[in-house]
Amino acid sequence: MDETRTRTHTYGDDELPPPIERIPVLRWLKENLFSSWFNAILTIVFAALIVVLLSGLVKWALGARWEVIPANLKLLLVGTYPLEDIWRIWTTLYVISFLVGSAGGSRGGLMRHISMTIALMSVVLAIIPFGWATRGWIIGMAGSTGVGFVLGHFAKGFRRYKHLEISMWVLSLPVTIMLVNGISGILPVVAGRNSWGLMLNVIGAVVGIALSFPIGILLALGRRSELPAIRLICTAYIEIIRGVPLITLLFMASIMLQLLLPANVRPDLLIRAMMTITAFEAAYMAENVRGGLQAIPKGQYEAASAVGLNKLLTTTLIIMPQALRLVIPAIVGQFISLFMDTTLFGFIAILELLHISRSIMGNVQWRGTIFELYVFIGVIFWLACYSMSYISRRIERSLGVGKR
Amino acid sequence: MSVAKNEEIIIYRDVHKWYGDFHVLRGVSFTMQKGEVVVICGPSGSGKSTCIRTINRLEDHQKGQIIVDGIELTNDLRNIEAIRRDVGMVFQQFNLFPHLTVLQNVSLAPFWVLKMKKSKAEEVARQLLERVGIPEQADKYPGQISGGQQQRVAIARALAMSPRIMLFDEPTSALDPEMIKEVLDVMKELAQSGMTMIVVTHEMGFAREVADRIIFFDYGQIVEENTPEEFFHSPKHERTKLFLSQILDY
Repeated sequence: MDETRTRTHTYGDDELPPPIERIPVLRWLKENLFSSWFNAILTIVFAALIVVLLSGLVKWALGARWEVIPANLKLLLVGTYPLEDIWRIWTTLYVISFLVGSAGGSRGGLMRHISMTIALMSVVLAIIPFGWATRGWIIGMAGSTGVGFVLGHFAKGFRRYKHLEISMWVLSLPVTIMLVNGISGILPVVAGRNSWGLMLNVIGAVVGIALSFPIGILLALGRRSELPAIRLICTAYIEIIRGVPLITLLFMASIMLQLLLPANVRPDLLIRAMMTITAFEAAYMAENVRGGLQAIPKGQYEAASAVGLNKLLTTTLIIMPQALRLVIPAIVGQFISLFMDTTLFGFIAILELLHISRSIMGNVQWRGTIFELYVFIGVIFWLACYSMSYISRRIERSLGVGKR
Repeated sequence: MSVAKNEEIIIYRDVHKWYGDFHVLRGVSFTMQKGEVVVICGPSGSGKSTCIRTINRLEDHQKGQIIVDGIELTNDLRNIEAIRRDVGMVFQQFNLFPHLTVLQNVSLAPFWVLKMKKSKAEEVARQLLERVGIPEQADKYPGQISGGQQQRVAIARALAMSPRIMLFDEPTSALDPEMIKEVLDVMKELAQSGMTMIVVTHEMGFAREVADRIIFFDYGQIVEENTPEEFFHSPKHERTKLFLSQILDY
């Protein structure tokens, strides 16, 4: 098999290391860029084009009114969320960075890497002159990550602690959402929920991912079920949802449900939007997972049955872990597109990052700052999506050990 | 190896099976005593693999009766689960779980099916890895060990359920020649310990040395059933003679 990986190679008497080829720069240029007169012309034309485009970009970037970003930063990130309640958002971030830190301390590996990044990023961000209160809050992020890390590091000996960590993660989603939103009777409900800027994209994506993933797994299993009724229902659901654009479903959820349901059971607009994106993404998730399930050889099922595992145990212990590992790239790709799909919320009057920026562009004071804002939005989305993609690559690599 | 045998542990009565229109098993009947080692051989497509796969119901039969360890195999799920706990199986392609370590592969079923404590299940697994001669590979993944080692892990995994019967479906056919012996040695030791075994194999040396009985299959039927001595030296049927001449002449 691949024993070369587990054994460090030493060269015997008659074995030689492979020759190392060094190519000088000039020869590389000649071979790759100027190998014929046609290639030489192409090289020159494209080099000129790149210079023209880049210089235009730099010229614009130097003269752009970047002050629109810091002036509206709060609006872009959390929209109309009232300043006196902003501690709730920070507390949420602290809870999450604490949990990440704790996982980093107790499990190491990728989680340690992520918690280090969070701590480092908060220290770097705190250098930017936001105002002392904000800088204090930001530094607190590094603190809560650190506290979590130290606690996790010392508590990792107890097996109970890792179980506790998992239940805290599961609980963290409903708890933090209640904290940010408020819950009637305990914490005052914050008004203006439909214009919270980037925070809505993040909440929408997190809720969408957390719910569509398990639902998608169940749908995939249902589509492969031996019971015709279940198979039919799941197949019909998947095929119908996949045949309709998300924006159509969102419009239906925002307008048609209003008309169909009586007023007292009509869920809030934001909740309807999140239900819609969950229902939509679950259908795609199901097909990704099904792709993984189909790649598992029949012998795995037979071996599991032969040692006496029932269907539930076979699925959860043997089949699903292998199937999901195979489709990590597809799943993460879908998480990324889910995050970007949350910008569609804007079309049903939920002012997430993209649409709250459009309202800033409409402001007389900031007329003509369209590109600056779009660049900012692009950078934010790129950062979020690239992080997801980076994490997925790390997960793949760390799971690669057992691959045959 | 002929210990006292008086308990019929497997009874096959006129078993038929079809794949669509194809009649794979055409009236197979035989019985096996506890502690017996039976080798099944025959040309490919003769139904020998299908036959042993009906014993733990990886395949179902459509006609006839199969009784394993006093339990008749029907569609009743509880019977199937009970029988699978009693019958271990080793496959041609090993079918180890590639995402689990060797130790986890072996201790998985005792922990989840027999509800052993984790530490106890791992102790059992380590003892079995010792028995098949690869205790040092416990923490590796199947993809990191050789084919012969993988097949020995598969044997340990089956033994971890303390089965009363072991099925081997061409256990050495996917192995490089120099690894066949290490697997056959483990099987031989197992046979000598009194395990009831059915082995589908082309390893005639193993059959001659270890089997109590050899069953020769062709076209979904038992053509000949004989002791190894008789089978190799004075086979009763022309078909058997032809088969033996084809596989032994090299």
